[in-house]
Amino acid sequence: MSACRFALAAGLLLTSGCATQTKPVAHPAPNLGQAMTEAELAFWDTSILVDGSNLPAGSGSSAQGLIVYKQKCAACHGATGAETDTRLTPLIGGMGSLATAQPVRTLGSYWPHATIVFDYIRRAMPYNAPKSLSNDEAYALTAYLLRANGIIDEALIVDRTTLPAVKMPNQNGFVMAPEHAK
Amino acid sequence: MSGDKTDAADEPEQVAGNGLLHRRLFLTQGLTLAGALGVAGQASAQTALPKRPDWMTRQGAGLSGYGQPSKFEEGVKRLTGQPNPLFPSVGSTRTPLEKLNGMITPNGLHFERHHSSVPDINPDAHRLLIHGLVRKPLAWDMSALARYPMTSVIRFIECSGNSGAAKRNVPQTSVGQIHGLVSCSEWTGIKLSHLLDETGLADGASWIIAEGAEASSMVRSIPLETALDDVIVALYQNGERIRPEQGYPMRLLVPGCEGSVNVKWVHRIKVVSEPGDSRDETGQYTDLMADGRALKYTLLMDVKSLITHPSVSMKLAQPGVYEVSGLAWSGHGAIRRVEVTADGGKSWADAELSGPVLPKCLTRFRIPWSWTGGPATLASRAIDDRGNVQPTHEVAIARYGEIGAYHYNGIQPWAVAQTGEVANVRM
Repeated sequence: MSACRFALAAGLLLTSGCATQTKPVAHPAPNLGQAMTEAELAFWDTSILVDGSNLPAGSGSSAQGLIVYKQKCAACHGATGAETDTRLTPLIGGMGSLATAQPVRTLGSYWPHATIVFDYIRRAMPYNAPKSLSNDEAYALTAYLLRANGIIDEALIVDRTTLPAVKMPNQNGFVMAPEHAK
Repeated sequence: MSGDKTDAADEPEQVAGNGLLHRRLFLTQGLTLAGALGVAGQASAQTALPKRPDWMTRQGAGLSGYGQPSKFEEGVKRLTGQPNPLFPSVGSTRTPLEKLNGMITPNGLHFERHHSSVPDINPDAHRLLIHGLVRKPLAWDMSALARYPMTSVIRFIECSGNSGAAKRNVPQTSVGQIHGLVSCSEWTGIKLSHLLDETGLADGASWIIAEGAEASSMVRSIPLETALDDVIVALYQNGERIRPEQGYPMRLLVPGCEGSVNVKWVHRIKVVSEPGDSRDETGQYTDLMADGRALKYTLLMDVKSLITHPSVSMKLAQPGVYEVSGLAWSGHGAIRRVEVTADGGKSWADAELSGPVLPKCLTRFRIPWSWTGGPATLASRAIDDRGNVQPTHEVAIARYGEIGAYHYNGIQPWAVAQTGEVANVRM
């Protein structure tokens, strides 16, 4: 879509879609956005899409992950991640429970993509030092948690190629809200 | 219910059972109402002359740099839950709806929901980046954004988990404790469509992914159609810069959509072809149904209302005329009508909508009610301008099943006992 056509489309949306807007935007744009260097963009762009694109270099195994888990995760999530007395949702288990009266929604039983396990660990964990893990550590932890949930084999080295190919038990369990379905 | 006629008879006309009076009765009959209902003014038993209070005879406090509520209002606080002691900054506080009136939430009482904690952001070191499927990735600092045309709208924000306790249980706490994950502010900022117009869009652009700058970097996906419609990069809340716990120095306002997509502390927007399905839009904030499947991206908050005055845990002092009032809202549009019952749903009457009545905004409703002293069950039912009707508890439960904790909007009844005590009940 050309910039010109986009501006026209946006204008139509503004006039037809918003009851409180009394007139379309006519204010001249200040155009103060600043360009970014490729390196800057690459630093900030940590979004991992559902096809696994933008996963970083690095790798890890479940055995390596268990070591990191004990050091950096077990204090809050329990010795293995399956514990139910931690005041946190267990990280492991719940398979087959979603259609029961007591569903257990773990990353293994509920989350639809393996890639989002890596994404969430890398940007939000550990709670007391988010974004402190190396990519290797985040991949290794992902491998440990997937292995502990019985989703991958012990031998799998998790990296940007193998992780998107992992089949999650509930990958077909989510339905787009009707208003956004194509 | 009856028509708009209001006879100036001895007994005010009831418009629905168990004492509901015409919504304009307070305005048309004013002070004669109390007498007509037999609630006579009580003669003063004092015989001595009254004494002037101290504040009329001596000077009080001076000027101040930032005004605060009266010390007599110090009990008006956000309502805290029971946070996990390991992570005390994670969780929510609720707006004390039972202690407020009107439609605007004071900034210090806007509900909080934090997924990690409140960052202490220096605005001079904060930028907003837009990249991905755009023609030109761009970044704006605060001084640049300050020069863009701004728009102001009054809109509610509601956490999708609001009222979840009322879905599963019948808690006897307070209306704020049960339903206070909703607040309403005037938000001022820059339409996101202005900034996307500047970056341009590339082929395939159909969603945006917004990321916050807090420790856990909250991530939510929003349809591009919504982003181009009425989404604002908000800088001001009720006239002042957004409070830190609401996203200082900037947050997304996504009108009518569940709270967590109104990404606080927003610092990066990536335009993409498919939603991100991140942890907080799959592992959380999805609606698990009885068959084990879950709905994702149920972003719009449905039509809802509740009576705040009187409400659970209050006590009516004595029979007589009361104003029943509450709040109604819909993520689909404006509230068109709120009906109130005092007889547990046998009959309903229209409440007065206290203007302004705005789309995707809290709307205050009011109706006079003559309480005889007998048992009564009060409830409200809202209808929006798209024709959506607030469902009963049973219908609301049937929609998403009993498991999910989100998007509950069933009718909320309160029972008034002969003692005047108000309790939460099912109707």
